[in-house]
This record gives sequence, C-alpha cells and structure tokens, in this order.
Amino acid sequence: MGSKAKPQASEAHLTTPTRLTGAEIVWATLVGEGVTDVFGYPGGAILPVYDALRKFPIHHTLVRHEQGAAHMADGYARASGKVGVAIATSGPGATNLITGIATAMLDSIPIVCITGNVSSKILGTDAFQEVDITGITLPVTKHNFLVNRVEDIAPAIRHAFQIARSGRPGPVLVDITKDAQQASAIFDFAAAEPRPYRPHPMLKVEASGLAHAAELIRNAKRPVILAGHGIMESGAMEQVRTLAERAQIPVALTLLGLGGFPASHPLNLGMMGMHGEAWVNHAIQEADLLIACGMRFDDRVTGSTSTYALKAKKIHIEVDPSEINKNIKVDVALVGDLRAVLEDLLPLVPGRDGSAWLKTIDASKGAVAVRDIKNLPDSGHLYAAHVVHDLWRITGGNAIVVTDVGQHQMWEAQYFHHEKPRTLITSGGLGTMGFALPAAIGAKFACPDKEVWVIAGDGGFQMTAAELSTIVQEGIKINIAIINNGYLGMVRQWQEFFYERNYEATPLVSPDFVKLADAHGISGRAVHTRAEVAEVVAEARSHNGSFLINFMVEKEDAVYPMIPAGNALHEMIRRPGKSPIVETPDDK
Amino acid sequence: MTNSSLSKEQEAIMTHTFVAYVEDMPGVLTRVASLFRRLNINIHSLTVGRSERPGLSRLTLVCEASAEAGHRIRASLFKLENVVDVDDIAQAPSVTRELALIKVAATPQNRSQIFELVEVFRARIVDLAPESLMIEMTGVESKIEGLIQVLNEGEERILEICRSGKMTMRRGHHTSRVLRAMGAGAEDKSEAAEPAENLEAGAAVEPE
Repeated sequence: MGSKAKPQASEAHLTTPTRLTGAEIVWATLVGEGVTDVFGYPGGAILPVYDALRKFPIHHTLVRHEQGAAHMADGYARASGKVGVAIATSGPGATNLITGIATAMLDSIPIVCITGNVSSKILGTDAFQEVDITGITLPVTKHNFLVNRVEDIAPAIRHAFQIARSGRPGPVLVDITKDAQQASAIFDFAAAEPRPYRPHPMLKVEASGLAHAAELIRNAKRPVILAGHGIMESGAMEQVRTLAERAQIPVALTLLGLGGFPASHPLNLGMMGMHGEAWVNHAIQEADLLIACGMRFDDRVTGSTSTYALKAKKIHIEVDPSEINKNIKVDVALVGDLRAVLEDLLPLVPGRDGSAWLKTIDASKGAVAVRDIKNLPDSGHLYAAHVVHDLWRITGGNAIVVTDVGQHQMWEAQYFHHEKPRTLITSGGLGTMGFALPAAIGAKFACPDKEVWVIAGDGGFQMTAAELSTIVQEGIKINIAIINNGYLGMVRQWQEFFYERNYEATPLVSPDFVKLADAHGISGRAVHTRAEVAEVVAEARSHNGSFLINFMVEKEDAVYPMIPAGNALHEMIRRPGKSPIVETPDDK
Repeated sequence: MTNSSLSKEQEAIMTHTFVAYVEDMPGVLTRVASLFRRLNINIHSLTVGRSERPGLSRLTLVCEASAEAGHRIRASLFKLENVVDVDDIAQAPSVTRELALIKVAATPQNRSQIFELVEVFRARIVDLAPESLMIEMTGVESKIEGLIQVLNEGEERILEICRSGKMTMRRGHHTSRVLRAMGAGAEDKSEAAEPAENLEAGAAVEPE
C-alpha cells in the first residue's frame, strides 16, 4: 500500500535490538515470522496495535465480522501451508472469533489469533468489553497466552507460531492487554525465540512396528490405503503415491484428504464414508488390511465402529498419539510424521501384484456408475451435481474451490475431481456453515494468481454474506457459485429420510442474490437450466472482478449414497433405481 | 452399540493415578482440569506442589476411567503445552499417602479417650484448645477413613475435616528423572511385569 513508511526501516528491528512499544512489537514480531497478510477488525482494546500498523510492511484486510477474520486466516493457511493471522479487539470481537478458531482446531489448521484485552489493572473486573477469552478458547485452541507485560509479547507470539505449525497443527490465541501494547521495551527478535520444539513424548516408530507393517502389507490380499488430511500437513503426497503404486494398493480418501492423491490416478477409489461411493465403502468393509495415513477414523468415515472393517488388520500412521485406538483399535501404530514414517517404511515394502483385488473392486462399481447423474441424459433440469461437474470440466480442475457445508459440499467432493493438494478448502470436522466466502478471501490472498471459486448453499452463504463488501474493498476477484435450492438442503434430506418428510424450519427465503451482489458492486447472473451453465461460468471467469452466479437447482435433490449416522459402512441408502433424483411436486 | 459391548466397557472402569510435572504458572491447573471436564470424568483427588525440578510443579490426579482411556488421557495431557511429564501409575507398585487434619470437639474431661485413639492410629495431636483439639494424620486413604469412622462412632463430635488428597510415588528407581530419560514414560507392560525389581526397596507390602 502506498501510504506505508519505508519497510526497510522496520525490518532493521529484526536484526538490531530496538526500543519499541508493545503495539509495534506485535507487528515487528509478525514481520519476523514472515507474515505479509492479516485479517482483522479494530476496536478499543486493540487500537494501539492498529495505530502502529502503518509502520510495517503487512497488509491488513478489514473484515465485516470477526468470524470472517478467523475463517480468512484459516483459508489462507489451508491454501498456502503457512500460518494465518487474525486480529480482533476484546470482548465481542474476541468471542466472534470462536467459531472460526474451533473450525481450525477440528481440522488441524495453523492460525494465530491476536486479541486486545483491557488494561491489566482492570482485568477481571467486568470492565467494558472485557471477556475471559483465554478461558473461553481453552478447549478450542492448541494453546493460548494471556500477555500483560510488554516484555512477554514477542516471546508469546513467536511461541504461538511454533505451536501452531508444529506436530499436529492448530490454532493459538494471544491475548494482549492494552497497557502492554502501550508500554515499551527493547525488542530483540532473536532473543524471543521459543525453546526448541518438544515433540510429543509418545511418538513412537519402532523398527519392529515397521517390519510388522511391511509384513502385513506383503501378506495382504485385499489392502486399502485410507488417506487423510495428514498427507497435506506432512507433505507426504509422493510417499503415499509410491506406496500405493509399488504395492498396487487402492487409495480411499477422507473429505480433507481430497487432492492429496490425484483423482485421475487409477488406484484412486475416491472419497470414503457417509457420502462415499458404494464401492469405496464396500472395499473398506471387505478389506483384509487398512493402512490409515494421517486420518483419525472420524465417525463420518467409519459409520458404526462396532461393524467397521471387521475383516481387516489395521495399520495407523498418525502424528497425534491421542488418536491411536481412539475410535478404532489398530494392530500396528506408527506414531510419527506421516512422511517420515513412510520414508522408513517404503524400503521394506516390495512390489506386489494387486490386480485380483483391484478387479474385484472395479467389478463392484458396475450398475452404480450407470445411475450416476453425470451419466444420464440432460433433462433440461438443473441439478447441483451438474453444476459442480460442469465447473470442474470448465475450469480444468485447476481452481481452488472453497465450499461451505451441506449438500453442495458433498456434491463438490463427489463431482469436482481434485488432482492437487490444497485445491479443496472445506470445513470438515466442525462443519461450519458460513465458512466458504471468508475462507475463499483468505485463500485468494494466499494464492493471488489462482482462480478461486466459492461453492455455497443459499443457507450458509447468508451466514457470512456481509464479507462481499470485504471483497469489493480489497478489489480481489472471487467467483461465487450459490447452489440455491430454497432449503437448508442437508437438513431437509435428513428430514426426508429420517423424520417422515417433516420439513420443519428448512424451507428458506433468500434475497435475490444477484441483486445482493449488485448492491455490493459485484456482477452476477442467475442460471435456471443446464444449457446456460457453460456460458455463464465462462462469463464469470473472464469478468474483470468478482462474479456471483445464482444456480437455481432442483429443490428436493438428495446426496447419494448415504450411510445413515450410526449404521454400518455398507448399509447405505443408494441412488434410487428408476429416477436418480427426487422430483419436485412441480414436475409431477 | 450392543448391550454386551456396553457392559464390557463398564467392567473395564478402573482407577487411574496420573503423576504429572507441569510448569508452575497461571492457568496450568485449568488446562489439566479442563481435559477431564471435557470427558465428563470426575477428579476424585488432586494434589499439587513443588517438585525436585525448579519451575515445575508435581501433581497427582486420581480418577476413574476405562482401562483404554488411560492411554488417551496421558497422550492428551502431553499435548498440553505446559505439561512436561506424565506417568499413569495405574496398578504399578507405588506408595500413596494422604494428609488429614481433623478438628474434634473435646473438653479436658474426654480428651484422654481421643489421645488413646490417636495413639492407636499413629496420628498426632497438633493443636489443643479448651473445647477442641486437632489431629494430624498421614497414611493411606483407608487408614484415614478408619480414624474418621471410629471418631464418628464414639461420643466425639468431628467439627472439621481437611484432607490433602492423594500423593503418589512409584516404588523403586522410577524417579521423574528416569522417566524423563526414558522419554515415553513408564506405561510399558514390561515394567509392570518386573515385581522383583520393585521388591528391592524391601517394601512390597504397604505398611499400615
């Protein structure tokens, strides 16, 4: 930004200990940690920090709600692999961050949130806009700091970065009292370095464990690799691929694992779990060996644990010792960084002929694929699956797609085929509606040269739609696809299947999203038929500026297949035979 | 979940004694306690004090949880930034003690009866006032319970009881320094299967 003072002057602080205010120390430390972008919202208790911002080479994005700041930091981290930073004031500013912090916690995303707090003298007095944010965020952060001495600011922030990015990553919050921001101290970046990272003492990869794992792989007839988010976090894409190719083992992915193994790879089965394709879940249930790589046997991927993969021996490669035997008992636990473990394991794994098992899986696809919507003739009707699939074809799969939560998220996972890591950004663990738009803004700042698409439902989009203004103020280009079915679709689907179609509180009135975009100065168009999709998507992509498309899709469509919560993995609701789609009353 | 697996899980409930070294700074106890709160596990007893390591407190935490939960709780405790060492003593040979202060209503007329009791229980009188006296007693939980029960059954009236909660230390050479050197702590089954080693201290049977 043009108004910035010479950045060189501020970077001198990094090498020469200098007297700075606490507020300046906050920025100087962030600069030292390599931060270039932060997302935040000012307020009384953080004003000294905002006042000092102009002296430092950091770009600040003003959000419209602090939840957006946390999601932007999260999206930034997911797209770049770096630590995202969010800033908020005390009290309501801090509490508004919480949903975003919990989202990052459940998906192991490294973010650092910095909040101001009231002066230390009135801490704990219920002062104006005072809240115990370190107390509140304790269960949803990896760690947090309450800093009330200026000398502690730089060490706390540096330690926060170390914690956020190490081991199993996660969010860290640093709460700084206003008097600490206003006081001054000698800033010595090097001296503020945290103690050396202490790996979890229960990490354990023994030679005997590796040998046992290799033996299980050698003897397996029906092995499946289950790959999760850990592939990305540990950068083990190559190692997983080598393991799969050398031993000819098919790979099933979790939602957050999508992109960690190329969708087009012949050994890629696709997504497992509640909305995974039947053959994927059947392969897991029939397997005699599961090799879990950086995943945690979440209830959405296992279904009922008492009937999960009973025929399979299980190898669990995982960086967090508290995940071992948590949901599923395993036979071999290799507790360590996925990439490092696989590098140790690979020399022990010989080539293997897996063709018989692969053929069996392939045969089980059979009729299912025929009933898939993408193989059906165009009825002129617009289905969400079509929209997602067309988006994938038109963008060549090269875009970063940021989804919200619900039906469209599952259709994205099924019909947008991700070849590369960090191209799907989605809230998996917490399932946070309202995530897509702000997270996409963060992703765009992380990857300004990439095409970024938001895919959101009409419900979730309205939760954080105010961030449209942020897009305009920042002058960035984001393409927005709203999958508009007039319902809270996934909840409606559960009501359809499990609550006798009692559509209580799921029909949803929305604004005209194209007009809403227009009010923000963003162009947009509505799409009602499949025939229009390609042209409007092309217009959005070539448009100079953000573009919103309101896809008016089939209202009562459902995501298939589906495993009802608590059912066994193979007990799924399949795509209906006669008609793949539940028609609306209008069509009958 | 089937009924059989449920009852199996219930059977597996056992007492866990976690000994942890934590940084001596504000908020650490909340972090430790919060972990048990989240699992809805009641903390039966918790003692915290300084340890042989500067800047580190040692805590003993007793709770009931399934046998399998012990591993995960220990792993989760280790994930806390301020926790340095964790040992799940479980059934391993160890010494456990508790301190109790008991104030009993007593006049000069009926004091002698209490003195006798105190003698039998190897406790001590640490305060004597015209209408009350204070008993200090250390020992295992059952011994303290025994004294309280006898006092309750007699004519004496207990005015106040203050108990420290349990403090536990492994027998033999399993000091914190050894634990730290071992890195992973002492959960391994191999250790539980070394009773002979634990006998070397000559105290296989806990003296009452």
